[in-house]
Amino acid sequence: MIALKLNGLEVQTEKGWTLLDTARFFGLEIPTLCHMDGLTPWGGCRLCVVEIGEGPRAKLVSSCTYPVEEGLVVHTDTKRVIAARRMMIELMLSTAPMSKEIQDLASRFGVTRQRFPPRNEECVYCGRCIRMCDEQMDARAIGFQYRGYKKKIGTPFDIRSEECRLCGACMYVCPACAARCGGPNADTDICNACLQVEPTCLEKYGELTCWMYDAGRCGTCVQEKKS
Amino acid sequence: MKAPVKLKTVKALEQAVEAQKKLRQADKKPVLTVSAGTCGQARGALKVVEALQTALKKAKLDKKVKIRVTGCHGFCEAEPNVLVHPHDLFYQKVDPANADTIVLETLKKNRTIKALLYKDPVTGKTAPREKAIPFYKKQRRVVLGDNALIDPTQIDDYLAIGGYGALAKVLGKMTPEAVIAEVKTAGLRGRGGAGFPTGVKWEMARSQKGTPKYIICNADEGDPGAYMDRSLLEGNPHRVLEGMLIGGFAIGACEGIIFVRDEYPLAVKHVSLAVEELRKRGLLGSDILGTGFSFDIRIVKGAGAFVCGEETALIASIEGLVGEPRQRPPFPAEKGLNGKPTVINNVETWGNVPLILGKGGAWYAKIGTEKSKGTKIFSLVGKINNTGLVEVPMGTTLREIIFDIGGGIPGGRKFKAVQTGGPSGGCLPTSKLDLPIDYESLTAASAIMGSGGMIVMDDKTCMVDIAKYFLNFLRDESCGKCVSCREGTQRMYEIVTRISEGKGKVGDIELLEELAAAVKDASMCNLGITAANPILSTLRYFKREYEAHIKEKRCPAGVCKSLIRFTVLPDKCTGCLACKRACPNDCIHGTLREVHNIDQEKCIKCGACYEACRFEAVEAQRDEAIVILEGVK
Repeated sequence: MIALKLNGLEVQTEKGWTLLDTARFFGLEIPTLCHMDGLTPWGGCRLCVVEIGEGPRAKLVSSCTYPVEEGLVVHTDTKRVIAARRMMIELMLSTAPMSKEIQDLASRFGVTRQRFPPRNEECVYCGRCIRMCDEQMDARAIGFQYRGYKKKIGTPFDIRSEECRLCGACMYVCPACAARCGGPNADTDICNACLQVEPTCLEKYGELTCWMYDAGRCGTCVQEKKS
Repeated sequence: MKAPVKLKTVKALEQAVEAQKKLRQADKKPVLTVSAGTCGQARGALKVVEALQTALKKAKLDKKVKIRVTGCHGFCEAEPNVLVHPHDLFYQKVDPANADTIVLETLKKNRTIKALLYKDPVTGKTAPREKAIPFYKKQRRVVLGDNALIDPTQIDDYLAIGGYGALAKVLGKMTPEAVIAEVKTAGLRGRGGAGFPTGVKWEMARSQKGTPKYIICNADEGDPGAYMDRSLLEGNPHRVLEGMLIGGFAIGACEGIIFVRDEYPLAVKHVSLAVEELRKRGLLGSDILGTGFSFDIRIVKGAGAFVCGEETALIASIEGLVGEPRQRPPFPAEKGLNGKPTVINNVETWGNVPLILGKGGAWYAKIGTEKSKGTKIFSLVGKINNTGLVEVPMGTTLREIIFDIGGGIPGGRKFKAVQTGGPSGGCLPTSKLDLPIDYESLTAASAIMGSGGMIVMDDKTCMVDIAKYFLNFLRDESCGKCVSCREGTQRMYEIVTRISEGKGKVGDIELLEELAAAVKDASMCNLGITAANPILSTLRYFKREYEAHIKEKRCPAGVCKSLIRFTVLPDKCTGCLACKRACPNDCIHGTLREVHNIDQEKCIKCGACYEACRFEAVEAQRDEAIVILEGVK
């Protein structure tokens, strides 16, 4: 057993668990996108970031890849965490505004502004399809190409892969191209149709007062102030 | 030449070192040392060597004088340079045509050739000896200094300066624990940038149960304008290898890997030769010198991805995977290459190891500051008189490096900023010139030590343009795994580009700050964590310049093309045609002794005329439309 401090509570975890496993086990919700049960943790979408450590050495790490450590101090919903998550959602939303999954995330986390020109791509490079193809379908037909801003996903040499059995698993797990947002607004906008919460307790009282110590769960504290 | 003897005992190694030392002391032949690192060769050092050989043959001195072709001596500005021993002369910028004069005048008649001596660009004084040159005078070249003494392809040269003496001491008299203790006493910290205590890293790896263990030398130096690792590896490969052997012994590793980028062909060549030589001498392989310590080194060539300098990406690359970082912990010291304990250190760190074990950790700890020990090599480039590699004790101030050693800014221009730590470092302004350089103080000033790049900028440099340049580099070199780094650098680049084109909006600075903070916070590896530094540091120290671009639509330094316009000032123009000749696009009209005219339609705003004009007649001006806009205000 490994003991660590999760949002101020002493908790016991198992060796080999990640911080995400632990948080979920204790009922704390952490948003994820590139993470999927049954696939190896990837740590690319940075939505599941949590703050570890205290004082000036505190830093954000992706909870889906970070293993539990004895005595670790973890906070899952500090202002710093929320700010980083919101920015990640805004960035992904500007890449693939047509994804329902990302639009939903935006609404849940109160991302109501879109300050980057939308690119209307159909991929956020979370790599779910690649890991699905490799680990569950045992095909390894697709992979990442290039790097940095030129990164894309495809088959080798962009020709029809002999390894591909057209099983469709890659499309099944895709957060961007599988389902379109059916909201009332135009594709390129932020839909926010499902955002119906009003109070902003996080801005008002700080993260310490939430009785669940789980800001973001009820959704009330995550909406940005309407200014 | 007889085949090299395989050394079988530690004693034999000690004897070999002593024998070579004596040989060198007994050798009274004059020596011509030519610096021929990559930079020296680019400036024609090999042709100088050839010319010197023919000149010696002509003068019938070829048997009496030795030519030593060495690696880089660090003074790039003076390449290729020739050191004459025992006359102790330093000839700079030697041309093959000078070879005959050097041989006839200096070697035969013992005369100094004044034209080839170093001349101070500020005072105009000449300096005959290397030690008298300001560039060398203030340095403490404990790591790099040996480059001038040895031919990197000859192991005997390295033995003659006491090389592998530290290894003999370690294998003969010390336990691995004692070696680690010595490194800890020395206070050596990683020279790759993060400054993690080397001794602690080694201890972590040693205490791991998994076998085999590996050590890796990180020679994937990718910062634009930084080349200290290359110079050390190609100028003194044995020193790095000796450090790795000592490290391997201390950790209990069985294999060492040098991950060197393929863009460094000379370094690859020299280090491959050195590894071959070590195998022949019995210093690599099984049961080295009869001590039961088995160790081998192989060389892995990287494809030049900047991100592969990050240790987990580097490991992935060696394993044959895509060079993408992964989560730490587990740290490589626990689970590294092939899931086994691995120690990764930078070239310069390994180069410091033999020094520590040879002279003792306590001696080493005397150099530097309280928390940062030893010396650090910086590559001083950009708008600086004495471009080159500078090795100084930690705690030296930026002012000393830039003005005393570097000789200040050329052309009498004013210092504006210095970028330390490569693309992910920060730009420090004049107010930070007296900052003593160590890991902590640089981080506090929102720059980083990095691997030691130091780019000096003068007042003709636009900080928005600089931020744009580095962001372009980073968005290209980001592996693209994390959203924060891939999209973050791309969006920051877009915003800064917008600003530099005069299309910036109010609120862009705030957005940049917010985005930069998120990129810094949320990224996984150090490339992403530091990727926001170009923005954060320029915003911290040069916010006004951003504001000038956004609000006044002007570029104070006259760099951003969309915001400037070149015109000729009629009362200053002498009609010399210099600008017309410099113009690559034929857009300057005018004949001799007549005022010239720039065709604004055709002008590509390259600034060649501005550089060429000696009468300051061509001036970078703001766009007309913007002048009107300012008038309205």
